[in-house]
Amino acid sequence: MSASADELARWDSVVPGIVRVPLRRRALGLLPGALVVLLTLWVFIHLGLDPLVIWAGLGRLGWLLGFMLPPAHGGLLGVFIWAMAETLAMALLATVFAAVLAIPFGLLCTRSTGTLAPVTFAARRLSDVVRGVDPLVWALIFVNVVGLGPFAGILALTLHNTGDLAKLYSEAIENIEKRQLDGIRASGGSPFAVMRLGALPQILPVLTSQALYYFESNTRSATIIGAVGAGGIGLLLTERIRLYRWDEVAFLILMILAAVFVIDAVSQRLRIVLIEGRKAPLVA
Amino acid sequence: MSDAAARLEVALRTHRAQLRQGNLLIGGAFLLAFAAALPVGGFSLARLIEGWPEILSYLGAILPEIRHDHVVEDVGKWYWGFWRYLRLMVDTVLMAYAGTMIGLVGALLLVFPASNLLGRSRVLRFACRRMLEFSRSVPELVFALIFVVAFGVGPLAGVLAIALHSAGALGKLFAEASDNLDTRPLDGITATGAGWFGVIRIGVLPQVLPNWASYTLFRFEINIRSAAVLGFVGAGGIGQELYTSIRSFAYTDVSAVLLVIVAAVTLVDLASQALRRRFLDEDVIG
Repeated sequence: MSASADELARWDSVVPGIVRVPLRRRALGLLPGALVVLLTLWVFIHLGLDPLVIWAGLGRLGWLLGFMLPPAHGGLLGVFIWAMAETLAMALLATVFAAVLAIPFGLLCTRSTGTLAPVTFAARRLSDVVRGVDPLVWALIFVNVVGLGPFAGILALTLHNTGDLAKLYSEAIENIEKRQLDGIRASGGSPFAVMRLGALPQILPVLTSQALYYFESNTRSATIIGAVGAGGIGLLLTERIRLYRWDEVAFLILMILAAVFVIDAVSQRLRIVLIEGRKAPLVA
Repeated sequence: MSDAAARLEVALRTHRAQLRQGNLLIGGAFLLAFAAALPVGGFSLARLIEGWPEILSYLGAILPEIRHDHVVEDVGKWYWGFWRYLRLMVDTVLMAYAGTMIGLVGALLLVFPASNLLGRSRVLRFACRRMLEFSRSVPELVFALIFVVAFGVGPLAGVLAIALHSAGALGKLFAEASDNLDTRPLDGITATGAGWFGVIRIGVLPQVLPNWASYTLFRFEINIRSAAVLGFVGAGGIGQELYTSIRSFAYTDVSAVLLVIVAAVTLVDLASQALRRRFLDEDVIG
């Protein structure tokens, strides 16, 4: 069924390059790919990623993975569960504190509420700095200032989230549909009613949904900030790795995976109940 | 008419009652969890008030002293290690690049067999999916901690940790994009007698490539942020420097390094965003 060589040649003369792509164009097409490959090779060499080292490391990795099976708690189940509780407590407290602190901070970042321009500028830059720095860095700093333990972790996560949430809140406030406020004002609503019935219903779902999202994200962060001493299951995990207790490491990783999975599921349910469930019923 | 109004009234009342019940339940559970979290997390107002002056003085101490009549000298003193920071930051970006590239290859290897549409073997599909899920659910830092033991201290552990996590994260996004593709071109290509690779090369790739390229760039941005802190556990890059300066109370160095990181991250974000927009604009070919 395929076209004859003559026919193909005819098509090529009608529309040059449709059948046989000229060698030069083909080479040009390959050029970006070749450059990427060369760049990648250069990066590997520059970073000293030696294949022999990788090979030896893979051997060691296989060896220690062998020790991970079967995962075991080594009689420390109580300690592990307490560390997990600490992690979840850090995530919950940081989310709540940040969600509350971000309201005034977010208002300062918003022009449409009548905040002075220099104040808005300063508040926005402050929020940029605070959320530009990784929670892990804040955790390390706070561990230095207030000492080891979950308290430092709570402060670190709260600070980072406040910056993030302030930005999101201020965007939500700026995106309010003005016509709903006008409608309430036109029907004789007081300024309080305008806020309560016009503005709040528009902002609240965004606030709730963001707070839930940050709770999920904080659960993940809270599991690792322990690596720099900020308490929770990360501290335990780092310690177990240093001690080469691989079966316990595997157990802790499984616990983290389970906790993240459960928190995501709970948060998903809450999101449906708190946001979808609020909508007024439709009556035919 | 009044019948409809009455029905609306009843529906609203039950809706409100349900809402109130739900509010009480969720609010109560929340308060309980919050009250329990305070002691478990070791949080107390007294501790905060006690620590507050120290926090403020620390944040004050890491900022450099720059006198308006000695700006050049003071900035020079603040950034005494500028070239060193720059070199480490470049290495950090390269770590993120190498990790993203290896992760990309891993994601590409796993995503086709894991796809609903393209995966041929059920066992393989299941295995690939679980692998993708596992590697994206475990935080990079945990991989890094383990890899530092296996591969030694240095950028290699960081690159591999980023690669493994990225493979999972990219694989998930790639799979979602390829599940939404238009199947008609695939049928057309299958009808001409093409094999599995032909279908993917001619039918699938042109459809998903712009999306995938954009996801990969986005992942690269995220990976720079991760690479900057992986040094905390010995996995190379500028994080090691930051860790040392924080731990040794070299106050102004902390802000100097942090500023380099934030500036580099912002620059790469801007460049990558511009590129991403181009990929997605060229989405439709013919």
